[in-house]
Amino acid sequence: MSRSATSSPGISLRLRRRFLESEALRGFSLLSPTLLAMVFGLAMPLLVLFTLSFWLQDYVDFIKTFSWKNYADFFAKPIYGMILFKSIKISGMVTLATVLLAYPMAYFIAFRIKTNKLVWLILITVPFWTSYLLRVFAWKLMLGYNGVVNSGLKSIGLISEPLEFLLYNPMAVTITLAHAWAAFAILPIYVSLEKIDRSLLEAARDLGENAFMTFVRVTLPLSLPGVIAASLLVFIPTVGDYVTPSLVGGPSGIMIGNIIQSMFGKAFNWPLGAAISVMVMLTITAMVCVLLWGTHQFRRRVA
Amino acid sequence: MNVNRPWWRPDGFAVYAVIYLTFIYLPVLFLPLFSFNKSKYIAFPLKGFTFQWYEKMINTPDLLEALMNSVKVGVAVAVVSTMFGLLAAKAVTRYRIPGQGPVLGFIMVPLVIPGIILAIALLILITQLDIPLSLWTVGFAHMLLCTPFAMLVLISRMEGFDKSLEEAALDLGEGAWMTFWRVTFPIVLPGIIASLLLTFTISFDEFVLAFFLTSTDPTLPIYIWSSLRFPTKIPPVLALGATIFVLSFVVVSFAEWIRRRGVKLESSSGI
Repeated sequence: MSRSATSSPGISLRLRRRFLESEALRGFSLLSPTLLAMVFGLAMPLLVLFTLSFWLQDYVDFIKTFSWKNYADFFAKPIYGMILFKSIKISGMVTLATVLLAYPMAYFIAFRIKTNKLVWLILITVPFWTSYLLRVFAWKLMLGYNGVVNSGLKSIGLISEPLEFLLYNPMAVTITLAHAWAAFAILPIYVSLEKIDRSLLEAARDLGENAFMTFVRVTLPLSLPGVIAASLLVFIPTVGDYVTPSLVGGPSGIMIGNIIQSMFGKAFNWPLGAAISVMVMLTITAMVCVLLWGTHQFRRRVA
Repeated sequence: MNVNRPWWRPDGFAVYAVIYLTFIYLPVLFLPLFSFNKSKYIAFPLKGFTFQWYEKMINTPDLLEALMNSVKVGVAVAVVSTMFGLLAAKAVTRYRIPGQGPVLGFIMVPLVIPGIILAIALLILITQLDIPLSLWTVGFAHMLLCTPFAMLVLISRMEGFDKSLEEAALDLGEGAWMTFWRVTFPIVLPGIIASLLLTFTISFDEFVLAFFLTSTDPTLPIYIWSSLRFPTKIPPVLALGATIFVLSFVVVSFAEWIRRRGVKLESSSGI
């Protein structure tokens, strides 16, 4: 495992001994291939993205002098801020919906199911083996003009003409995303519920708390790490989602991902696209900080 | 609260579980339904049963080529990211490393960046370095995305690893490489298999990174994306989706069967 040089036996032996004795050195040398790949593939692109956001587009070339113009444009034209705000709103709704819907299900598997929990977990992930694109497309099929919902309502005689407001709006985007990310919410919540020491629940009951208060003061606070993990896993990727708004969003349902894509496509303004991306990352970071601070406060109050 | 109630007895939670499962299954089940529908258009009412879309799927070279591209990229990404994940997981579970928290946090960053931002950041870097876009650039991007997943899976498998087993092997005269091969590897194997499956699946289904980083060779999600714009191209895609679904079901059931057999063998031989 040692990779030290072997120029002269005395030095190499000493180097080798030092290498073997130092935990940190051996650890880092094992870690280094992964770390190097990630530095090259992650830190560098992000740095380049950040740099580009201060350059300007000049037809097919970049003007490589420092400028705030892209950020000025971002704040001058309200459309960018509005769409970013709308994306945050949609993702927030999606996160809330997935976590609220997933929690009882995760609770059910963790506390009520005694045997074959693995079968239940597999049962929940099976729908997500279908391609993401096809799952989104499936909602077009559900909500479309000749779709499942319209055909169903028509066949039981509730409506005579298909409803047109089901598809191509922010609501359709929200429902589709909430469906597409369901498994990402259930699994972390399930894991944190499963870890809870059952004797704590019994203790709370013995000490006179009722079932509801036991849940609020013991189960819920102890499962918060799972809830936070689930929220982050759903919220962060959905803010920048591009596929779902393109397929089911229509003009009123476009999100910031579509704007970024257009800057690298039709609108062809890479630096402005980079600046918008930086703004998205800053906003997400701020939102995550607020979320973590909020749960910290909640914990201090209740637990 | 009666926690010993069997799940099939009507109970608020059980009813909810059924509703929830309906919500996550219902839309997805309509896809295979339409792959057997005798109409070019994906709309109700259904027109009758047919296998023609499965025939058409086999006879669409573009689709099969995209499928092969995705398999190639997926296999390469699974192997490489699992190796990176294995090294990192071994490093953090075996050694005490200063600054371990920030280092791990840094490797996890791809999990908390919207895909589209990672995609354009890579696109900018790659074009600035004058590297041509190809399946290689897609594979590189997928490797970045998959390595944190591989690392998480392998860390959780290695966390309880008893380091004295390795020390015993070294004391008994095995070299470092043979110790890894004969002691560490067999113990970690289930984690490696889980990591390979997970990373392959992620790469196989990934759209946004591939969308920005490939040139003329489409991966399967990109082929699906382009055919979603042409209603008549959709039925063969649905047929392929259904086929892949059935195949993965067989693979997972088989893996689970092997696992249970393994557990049984272990317990019967008294280990």
